[in-house]
This record gives sequence, structure tokens and C-alpha cells, in this order.
Amino acid sequence: MASKTQTMNDKQAPAGLSNQEILRYSRHLIMPEVGMDGQLRLKNAKVLLIGTGGLGAPLGLYLAAAGVGKLGLVDFDVVDFTNLQRQVTFGTSDVGKHKSEAARARLSNLNPDIQIESFETQLTSANALELFRDFDIIVDGTDNFPTRYLVNDACILLGKPNVYGSIFRFEGQVTVFGMPSGPCYRCLYPEPPPPGLVPSCAEGGVLGVLPGIVGSIQAMETIKLVLGTGDNLIGRLLLFDALGMKFRELKLRKNPDCPMCGSNRTIHQLIDYYEFCGVRGEEAPAPNLQVPEITPRELKARLDRGDDLYILDVREPHEYQICNLKGHLVPLGELPRRVHELDSSREIVAHCRSGKRSAEAVDFLRKAGFRKIHNLKGGILAWSDEVDPSVPKY
Amino acid sequence: MAVKVIIPTPLRPYAAKKESAEVTAQTVGEALGSLTTQFAELRKHLFTDEGKLRSFVNVYLNDEDIRYMAREATPVKDGDVVSIVPSIAGGVERTGRSMNKAGANGE
Repeated sequence: MASKTQTMNDKQAPAGLSNQEILRYSRHLIMPEVGMDGQLRLKNAKVLLIGTGGLGAPLGLYLAAAGVGKLGLVDFDVVDFTNLQRQVTFGTSDVGKHKSEAARARLSNLNPDIQIESFETQLTSANALELFRDFDIIVDGTDNFPTRYLVNDACILLGKPNVYGSIFRFEGQVTVFGMPSGPCYRCLYPEPPPPGLVPSCAEGGVLGVLPGIVGSIQAMETIKLVLGTGDNLIGRLLLFDALGMKFRELKLRKNPDCPMCGSNRTIHQLIDYYEFCGVRGEEAPAPNLQVPEITPRELKARLDRGDDLYILDVREPHEYQICNLKGHLVPLGELPRRVHELDSSREIVAHCRSGKRSAEAVDFLRKAGFRKIHNLKGGILAWSDEVDPSVPKY
Repeated sequence: MAVKVIIPTPLRPYAAKKESAEVTAQTVGEALGSLTTQFAELRKHLFTDEGKLRSFVNVYLNDEDIRYMAREATPVKDGDVVSIVPSIAGGVERTGRSMNKAGANGE
């Protein structure tokens, strides 16, 4: 259901371009699909980026370079070393700085002729409508369900398009929600998955190029919306599989019974999206298991004393290669069928990266009759902090 | 009818890491039933305890959402492709941390 792009900016641009701008945008201007008219539309466009991370990086860079006249950047987070593998807006010297401000500085250097506003804040139900009001197009580059539903609902309430992109490991999804003719995020997914059914720790991670590709597609869709050119992804969900290097397309239909954009709307204002998604602020999605624990310092002291302790590492083999405490490796998922490898008469200390998976392992083994078993509190991360900084953190 | 079911990345750990599976079925529901017989762990990710398809899992027959056809009763023919399309939020962080984080944080 490819719909012809709807123009976001129908009013004729009042101001022209300076000679400097004509030179800068000359490769746009000599293309009839953009031309002077299109470049002025870009100059008059106001685009708000929610998130300045992996998706936000190509979005910010390309939209700034293309001459989008006003860019808003919303992010409350701070740049850390693990971001640099994919968030290419930031350099090593940005580590520790606020993302929205570091991105603003980078994009201003790329294009000093545009207006860039950074909002160093969490997007919430209290500020979303106010923040969105000054912009024509909202681009969702976030990484969590509560914010995705919030962005969707605020866009529908204000009648603004939502250029959506999301990624998982090697897979991406892109579409345009919030156009009068098309569906919204709730038409596709009326409800978020409950926290307990999200993939486990060992399944996290992302290939750094993937958000680069997905964010670039979002940037292209945003520019096409502004220009009123081409066919947008309205009513189409683009699926990208980076491993198989395949693009597929699915039809997205507007759900007539959608509580947000259907004819009998039941949601008329922003709600509590953490409650809706079953998560509460910074709390863990599932209550932490109560299992016997040992701290890294206690473990070190007991090992130094020569106590007979059996170290059980429940991470994945590829994590063991990064660093290990010379433990016996049995990934959590294999534990039920490999439990016979363990000797319940020996004292066991189970660990993982952060202590969460190993808590599940200890809980499982206690139910299987193991009595002398502890969880290493805080996992390898805490071991690195408290006992041996030569062990790398990841 | 021989149909191919495409398993999305987030569900592959529960399906022996396979990208797709060939199954024999007359309807989309049968195809999913056959899939979850092959990979029992997938069941709770696709169906509720009452055996209903979970609301955050979308199923497509070729490029069409089965909710706008006959849902699980939608008939399939040889060579059809059934896709499971779960919602993904970003998912870069470990331990579901991304689910806990409040507000806008870029990915």
C-alpha cells in the first residue's frame, strides 16, 4: 500500500539561500527532485530527533548535512566508551559529556548555517507535547518500549508524522507512522511484550553498522517527507536482515479499532507508559531472585586461603573468551541438561557478567537439591571493580 | 501444503538458532502449531497459556497481516511464507536494561 508522499511544508519559503548555502547544497540543487524549491523546503523544515545514539547518529549527521533548518535533539544520557562502536557522532574525547550537547557541537561544526537545539532531558508524558509542538516531523531513534508508545501517542495527538526505526542484533524495522492515511504504532503492536519475555542478556548486542543503515533509511524517509518526493514507507514495514542481507516489506494496515488512531479513539491524552509497559523507572523488570550471595572480596579471601571452591561460569562461550575467572563453563541455557557435570557435595560459586543470570542458575540448582552454592554478587563486573582491575569489563 | 516459517532474530534462541523452518500445514495456525511442536520453547513466546496468539507478536502470510484475513484459520498454499514479526524496541543493552531506562535514550 505505497502512498504518495504527503508534503510537510506546503507554504512557500520566504527566504532564499545565500551564495555560501548555494555552494554547500549544490549537489542537491542540480537535481531536479530537490532543486531550489526542495532545498528551501529543507531549510524551513523542523525535525525533532528522539535519541542521539546509534540511530540518531546517521540521522543527525545526514539531516544536518542536508540543510534541515531546525534540528532538535532529545537525549538525557551521557556518552560512554561502549557507545563509540556505533554512535559515530561522538569521538573518544566526548566520553563523559551529555549526548545531546556533544551531538549539537558535532552537528554545528558540520553545518553552522542551521539551528540546532539540544534538550538534555528525559522525554516524558509531561513534556512530550510541549517539545513536539515546535517541530514538523518526529523521528523515533529510541531503544525502549515506553518511549516508543509515548512518541507514537504524542504524534497522533498532535497530528505529526513519526519516522520509526528499531533494531535488534542483525535485524531492523523501519516505517512511517502517524500520517492521516496510514497506521500508527499501536495499529501494528497494540501492546508491548511483557518484560519477562524479552530476550535474555546473552542475546543483547548489535552490529555497529546496523543502526547506521536503519538510521540512514529513517533520514531518507524524513527528507522525502519534507520534499514531498517519492513513495514513503507509509503503510509499509521494511524489514532488514543484515546477516542474510535481505530487505522484505510487509503491509501495514490502519486498524479501524485502534484505541489511538481509530474512529472510536479511547485514548485522549498521554498515559503512564512505564505502567503500560510493565516497567517502573529504574527497577529491574523481574524482582531479583533471593539467593545466597558471596561478594568478590569474600571470594578472593577464601580462594587465597585455599578453600575448595568450584567456580561455575554460566555465561556464553564467546563471553568466556573476553575474560574469565577460570571457572567451569556451563551456559545458563544448557544448565538443565548438563547438571550432572556438577558435584552437589562441593561448594559452588556461580557467576556471570553482572550477577543476574548466575542468580537464576543458583535458584535452579537449589531447586535441584544443591545446598552449598552461592552467587557471586555483581559478577565479573564487580570482581573487576573490587578485586582485579586487570579483568576487562564489557 | 509445504510452507516456510521465518523466525525473527529475537526468537531464534528458542528455535535452535534457525532462521526459518519448513512445515506442512493447511492453515497459518497449523503452521505455527507444527513449528512449536518442533521447538517447544517457542510456544510460550508465541502463545498465551490459553493457546491464543500473543498480542505483541504479529504473524504475516506472505506480505499480509493475518489479523486482516482469517487470523489463524487463514488457509495456506504450497510455497507460502509465514513471518513472525515481534516488536523490537532497540535492544542494544543487555539484561533488558533498555526496558528499564526512562525516557529518551538514543539507539
